[in-house]
Amino acid sequence: MNRIDRKFEQLKEQGKKAFIAFITAGDPNLKVTGELVLAFEKAGVDIVELGVPFSDPMADGPVIQASSQRALDQGISLSKIFDCVRRIRQRSDIPIALMTYYNPVFHFGQENAVKAAVKAGVDGFIIPDLPCEEAGDWIKYAKKANISTVFFVAPTTLPARIKPIAHGSNGFIYYVSLTGVTGAKQNLLKEAAAGIRRVRRMTQKPVCVGFGISTPAQVRAFSRVADGVIVGSAIVRAIEKNTGQRDLVKNVVRFVRNLSCAV
Amino acid sequence: MALPDKQGHFGEFGGRYVPETLMTLLIDLEKQFNALRRNKAFRDEFAFYLKEYAGRPTNLYLAERLSRHLRTLKVYLKREDLLHTGAHKINNTLGQILVARRMGKTRIIAETGAGQHGVAAATAAALFGLECVIYMGAEDIRRQSLNVFRMKLLGAKVIPVTSGSQTLKDAMNEAIRDWVTHVRETFYIIGSVAGPHPYPLMVREFQAVIGVEARKQFLAKERKLPDHLVACVGGGSNAMGLFHAFYKDKGVGMIGVEAAGKGLNTHEHSATLSKGPVGVMHGSKSNLLQDKDGQVQVAHSVAAGLDYPGVGPEHAYYQKTGRAQYVAVDDKAAIRGFKMLSRLEGIIPALETAHVLAYLETLARKSKKGTTVIVNLSGRGDKDVNQIQQLI
Ligand SMILES: Cc1ncc(COP(=O)(O)O)c(C=O)c1O
Repeated sequence: MNRIDRKFEQLKEQGKKAFIAFITAGDPNLKVTGELVLAFEKAGVDIVELGVPFSDPMADGPVIQASSQRALDQGISLSKIFDCVRRIRQRSDIPIALMTYYNPVFHFGQENAVKAAVKAGVDGFIIPDLPCEEAGDWIKYAKKANISTVFFVAPTTLPARIKPIAHGSNGFIYYVSLTGVTGAKQNLLKEAAAGIRRVRRMTQKPVCVGFGISTPAQVRAFSRVADGVIVGSAIVRAIEKNTGQRDLVKNVVRFVRNLSCAV
Repeated sequence: MALPDKQGHFGEFGGRYVPETLMTLLIDLEKQFNALRRNKAFRDEFAFYLKEYAGRPTNLYLAERLSRHLRTLKVYLKREDLLHTGAHKINNTLGQILVARRMGKTRIIAETGAGQHGVAAATAAALFGLECVIYMGAEDIRRQSLNVFRMKLLGAKVIPVTSGSQTLKDAMNEAIRDWVTHVRETFYIIGSVAGPHPYPLMVREFQAVIGVEARKQFLAKERKLPDHLVACVGGGSNAMGLFHAFYKDKGVGMIGVEAAGKGLNTHEHSATLSKGPVGVMHGSKSNLLQDKDGQVQVAHSVAAGLDYPGVGPEHAYYQKTGRAQYVAVDDKAAIRGFKMLSRLEGIIPALETAHVLAYLETLARKSKKGTTVIVNLSGRGDKDVNQIQQLI
């Protein structure tokens, strides 16, 4: 059992839902990323999703795309992110999953990436352009190393695909609240709730929901229907707005605390 | 072994690397396409539009003055430049729009670099009265203003893409984002044998008419098969279109010509198969120009249609298995090839194709007298004369 699984066990015992915060590693720099993760833990964040910046992020909207570009301009790479997690691990046990497109890990070498992740203290991977059909080798390496791989279910996913996705997914299953990219806002609670219920009928694994969720009210509503709620673009936007300011961490954490309190 | 296999793999290449939202659509598209390619009514309809609207079959023309100039080669030109809209791209957009109609889609999106695929997509959409949105890098919009105007005349909406390098790869990212968002009513017409399965297969099937015709025409004229096929490779659709019908003809050599831009020793080229390690971009695994961290590199070529850091997965497979050979020709040589064909044959070729013509000089030096070659003349050069005027 890794940190992500343990977290969901704990939450279940306490009758609670997870709040998951996404930030792009290295935006505005890795030092701030480390500080944010530690401060998030104190602010009630249960799991952190660290975005690995990629030149061609096709599942992301403009906010996360721009933050990826800022991080790339800083020369951020997968190895530097592993170093950052290793430093965080000296002070915290908060579960950390890397959100990355497939090419950076494929280019790093899948087995090497898994080994480096274990050494650094990364608990899981979320790879939006790696559907379970193409993930055979990756899952083999990750499972052996007790690293979770989170797969997605979308509103367009046919019922016949949900089983294999749920079977391959570890840690949790990521339900996409809308058909679209990150940052879009026209998610419909009712439709998403029905979709999440459909997934939950087919698996015991936790189902978390994300994409387009940005306010405490949305977090509250979605936490009633899922095991966890993921917020990304809204937090990234808060970082962007505070970049260059001395109170960046303080201001962003205040925003995140309001969200995490809503679950 | 079938190429591609059921999951869309050409050996280790190809596949489907896309957000989950698109998976159901791709599986559905694959099913529909597989049914349609066996459906006589659909095949007849496609053949009708190729013949009556696009202008097929295109000629296989023996270029005598060019052949004499090259001494050892006997060069036949497959004249895709004579097609409606001026390039092979129209074969594919007509095919895909017929699929889109059968699927009941009401909205067409496409990406374009040089604008040739955008114009072909806008043309097909106009022909059938479908809404059409074209994504194009802001940089390419500046470089290819005439094609932008053509697309608008045809009723398409052209959306400038200002992210990343503002060129073709970013236009494709943006088109995919649109697709993910409007997946239920939208059909994405991909412009080359790239993208997730079934696109590399589907585009190959729609372009295969080039090779089927060329093979028959060559046999009629020469009573044997050619020694070489040569075509330029951006994403690889015109090359695959010519090559595919000859796949089993083991004696026929296949040569794909990539753009070496400012040189293979610089970073400013588009020679993906010559220089790119295996990677994943735009939904499939193939060779990819990338840096040491797996970030996609910006490609360069004087020919906007070759300026793409990826390449179709089937070409990666042809290279790996040795069925085809891939070479690279730089900007300067391409301009030489452009002028050479214009003067010797009275045919102004597209800058993309000009790379192939320049390569013929190299091939001629290595060949025995009487070596026969089919060159895919993928497009005409009208779109490039402005640019060339500034370069020479
Ligand atoms: C005339 C012409 N030839 C070749 C290409 C390259 O594409 P492909 O390699 O898919 O044939 C293009 C693309 O715009 C083109 O316009």
